Amino acid sequence: MSSMEKVLDQYSSKVYKNRKQHILEKADEVQQIAADVRTVPGIMTNRGCCYAGCKGVVLSPIKDAAVITHGPIGCGFYTWGTRRHKAKGDENTKNFLEYCFSTDMQEADIVFGGEKKLRQAIKEVVEIFDPATVVICSTCPVGLIGDDIHAVAAEAEKLYGRKVMAYSCEGYKGVSQSGGHHIASNGLIKHVIGTGDRVPKKYAVNVLGEYNIGGDGWEISRILKRIGYDIICSLPGDGSYVEIKSAHVADLNLVQCHRSINYVAEMMKEQYGTAWLKVNFIGVKGTIESLRNMAKFFGDEDLIAKTEEIIADELAAIMDDMEYYKTKLKGKTAALFVGGSRSHHYQGLLKELDMETILAGYEFGHRDDYEGREVIPTIKQDGDSKSIESIKVEKIPDKYKVYLSEDRYAKLKEEIGLESYEGMIKEMENGAIIVDDMNHFETEEFLKLLKPDVFFSGIKDKYVAQKGGILSRQLHSYDYSGPYAGFSGAVNFARDVTMGIYTPAWGYVKAPWKTEPTLEGQVAGGER
Amino acid sequence: MLDLTPKELSERSALRINPAKTCQPVGAMYAALGVHKCMPHSHGSQGCCSFHRMYLTRHFKEPAIAASSSFTEGASVFGGGANLKTSVKNIFDMYKPEIIAVHTTCLSETIGDDLNAFIQDIDIPEGKYVVHTNTPSYVGSHITGFANMISGFIKYLAKGAKVKNGKVNIIPGFVNPGDMREMKKLADLMGASYIMLPDTSGVLDAPMTGSYDMYPKGGTKIEDIVSMGDSEMTFALGQLTSENPANDLKRKCGVPFVSMPLPIGIAATDEYVMALSRFTKNEVPYQIEEERGQLVDIMLDGHPYFHNKTVAIYGDPDTVLGITALVLEMGMIPKYVVTGTPGESFNIKAKELFDKAGVTGCIAKAPGDLFELHQWIKNDPVDLLIGGTHGKHIARAEDIPLVRAGFPIIDRYVHSYMPIVGYKGAIRLVELILTALMDRQDRDCNEEDMEMVM
Repeated sequence: MSSMEKVLDQYSSKVYKNRKQHILEKADEVQQIAADVRTVPGIMTNRGCCYAGCKGVVLSPIKDAAVITHGPIGCGFYTWGTRRHKAKGDENTKNFLEYCFSTDMQEADIVFGGEKKLRQAIKEVVEIFDPATVVICSTCPVGLIGDDIHAVAAEAEKLYGRKVMAYSCEGYKGVSQSGGHHIASNGLIKHVIGTGDRVPKKYAVNVLGEYNIGGDGWEISRILKRIGYDIICSLPGDGSYVEIKSAHVADLNLVQCHRSINYVAEMMKEQYGTAWLKVNFIGVKGTIESLRNMAKFFGDEDLIAKTEEIIADELAAIMDDMEYYKTKLKGKTAALFVGGSRSHHYQGLLKELDMETILAGYEFGHRDDYEGREVIPTIKQDGDSKSIESIKVEKIPDKYKVYLSEDRYAKLKEEIGLESYEGMIKEMENGAIIVDDMNHFETEEFLKLLKPDVFFSGIKDKYVAQKGGILSRQLHSYDYSGPYAGFSGAVNFARDVTMGIYTPAWGYVKAPWKTEPTLEGQVAGGER
Repeated sequence: MLDLTPKELSERSALRINPAKTCQPVGAMYAALGVHKCMPHSHGSQGCCSFHRMYLTRHFKEPAIAASSSFTEGASVFGGGANLKTSVKNIFDMYKPEIIAVHTTCLSETIGDDLNAFIQDIDIPEGKYVVHTNTPSYVGSHITGFANMISGFIKYLAKGAKVKNGKVNIIPGFVNPGDMREMKKLADLMGASYIMLPDTSGVLDAPMTGSYDMYPKGGTKIEDIVSMGDSEMTFALGQLTSENPANDLKRKCGVPFVSMPLPIGIAATDEYVMALSRFTKNEVPYQIEEERGQLVDIMLDGHPYFHNKTVAIYGDPDTVLGITALVLEMGMIPKYVVTGTPGESFNIKAKELFDKAGVTGCIAKAPGDLFELHQWIKNDPVDLLIGGTHGKHIARAEDIPLVRAGFPIIDRYVHSYMPIVGYKGAIRLVELILTALMDRQDRDCNEEDMEMVM
């Protein structure tokens, strides 16, 4: 029996029927996986909710926005400073990341409605902080009691002369965080992007779906700036409302996390003509390929030459370190279970370190993140996906600009994969296991069966794996380390994994008295 | 750091900024983890369960298991009964707990799910249990939820069989496993036979063995919860947290209770030890006297470094009151004491402590928040902060040393293994306070004033 069958075999028939569609063993033929569908109740999923995706992931990092959580205190509290999306303010840009704003709804607000309190909270945040924009995110009870946060926002916008946006991202919507990414993206398209007027310089790009966890975004920007790119905005990591307003003036959108931000890229393509390119700045090869594709997009000989020069320079700085860590990590195996992109992104880096990925899965990925964007037309909508608003956008003629001629677009579309994403499965080795929405039971069982040397996951699994003797590194938060992106980030990653595998404490798990007898026996009546 | 916080105070009636509390369900989850072979279950959307598991894991650096009813929009409209039913079946099938402890969320509360009815309707396997409590996030705080879950266990399980078991129930309050161990140590030294509910020691401080066990050795046994109704009495440690569940047990099974502060500091620990002594009719053994004497000795030795120093304390109500009592015993001034958990009794009890010690000009506030605390500090600073992780930004912004104590501490290790209760816990707190203040003196003094001996 394969390890996949061994795990599935333990389920009751109902759960078996559901879960077998979410687990694959990579084979030669084209394979389909079930994803982005509701989790079986009680199954101990790692997934979060719509609010977590909208407020926690996409909107929180926008540093100059005062984000008010409209609801009881918990949701705002849990998303306060816990996601490591670093940001730095300056004299023109306020940074609200150290603050948590909530309407802290009480029973009376639930019974009599919370709009009045929300109105007052907006007034107070404006009076105390004078933010560039106010963002309102709703939690479960708000949708149920019918507070019209959009009307409150519209009214406040007029009253305070600044953008006030409302996001209906109640936790019960959709099946995971993923719905929240979509709702946040819709709002940014409706309210923010296209309202700024920054004048772009040469090679103007947006970095989309980069969250600046542990400073990844800063490392990517450093490299792009060395080459000579003009970064219009970073959305959302270390991003600002003021910068995001001008996103539409960029020539190219770079998409790092396909899952969470492809909506923005797709809608901007429609509205403003901005082409998008899937990039992967995790791993040396991924970074190099991304940089070369970007240079090809702009097609400028100087830019191409500069790109090669910077690549050579950055590579020279890390080669020795990478070679060293390879000697420490060669042949080690890894399992990855992260959100909606990282489980794919890190496989390349692991390969560069001579490590093998034996299991990978997404918490909230869709089929296209596994199988590639070509399957999108075949994905069936269900009641849950329909509960997430999908907006229709149209071309905005006066702001529409296309960087590439039709011929060049056609040529490059194939060559560098414009507006396409191949997904995770194609790059995986035969026999590797792919698990969507892997639950606690499966995590425990697969770890026992496959015994990877490292399990890359999140905080909820981390100590489960480690108690079982398997190193676990968090790939959501990087265990408070990083950056892991780009060239030097690859070294940081290799250093951290090596440290985890070789830390001496692993050698002390078994106490000596478990293996060596301490009691000297004496046969009754015998002489010693 | 916190550069946008103005010095000028302003009246706020709607906006909570940088809270000093979180919501009920995470407290309920923590309490449920203190029952042996118990699976906590969050009846709401998945996000709640994930947030709470994350938070507990970050504080304890240990696995915190819990399942969710995984509400979708449909369940939110038609009710979550079917979700709970499916959950219970799957949890018993897959994770094989002895008991499932369900708590509600603001979602299931707002739609009015009737958990009593749902649970009655579920086929629970022979010998297994499903209990519940109501924990609407828009009432109280995580402290309320913790207390409610304890009441939930009592209401479902405790039975009074009229044959007394000779034991005392100890409801330890919202404290760390290290604290629970210290409370039990004192009870053991006093020769008391007891049932502690909940007891997260051995669960959220379980050792590394090389094999993961979903249900570690620790936690209150179900038969002990049942037997709580036959106990002689209950000690409710931490009046604002533990009195309600103790009262619920009294109502149900007639077990009288004694309510007292968390045993933080000398007087509160004395009270606990005396209560144990009265209960067991045993004399206080030398080992306890020795620890107490060591604590007093240390407080005398170190007093020049903390006497009259001002301190701001924030966190959970009983913990903050306990630390306030300790710093007063040390001769410090608890200038600001703040909890996010609502309840006027906090303010009254804090005022009693101030008055008893004869300190003036100290402010207590429930419910307050860390933003306001910071503003107070900007206007009139303190020498030291004591509380959880969320005060670290204030500490850095105002260059004030921070001693971490309470919940949540998500940016340091080991703390949950170490007590702040009992004489030993007070010794530890005094050491932390002394070290923080003396390290500061070493850092800030002129080079020529650097003391080799202090």
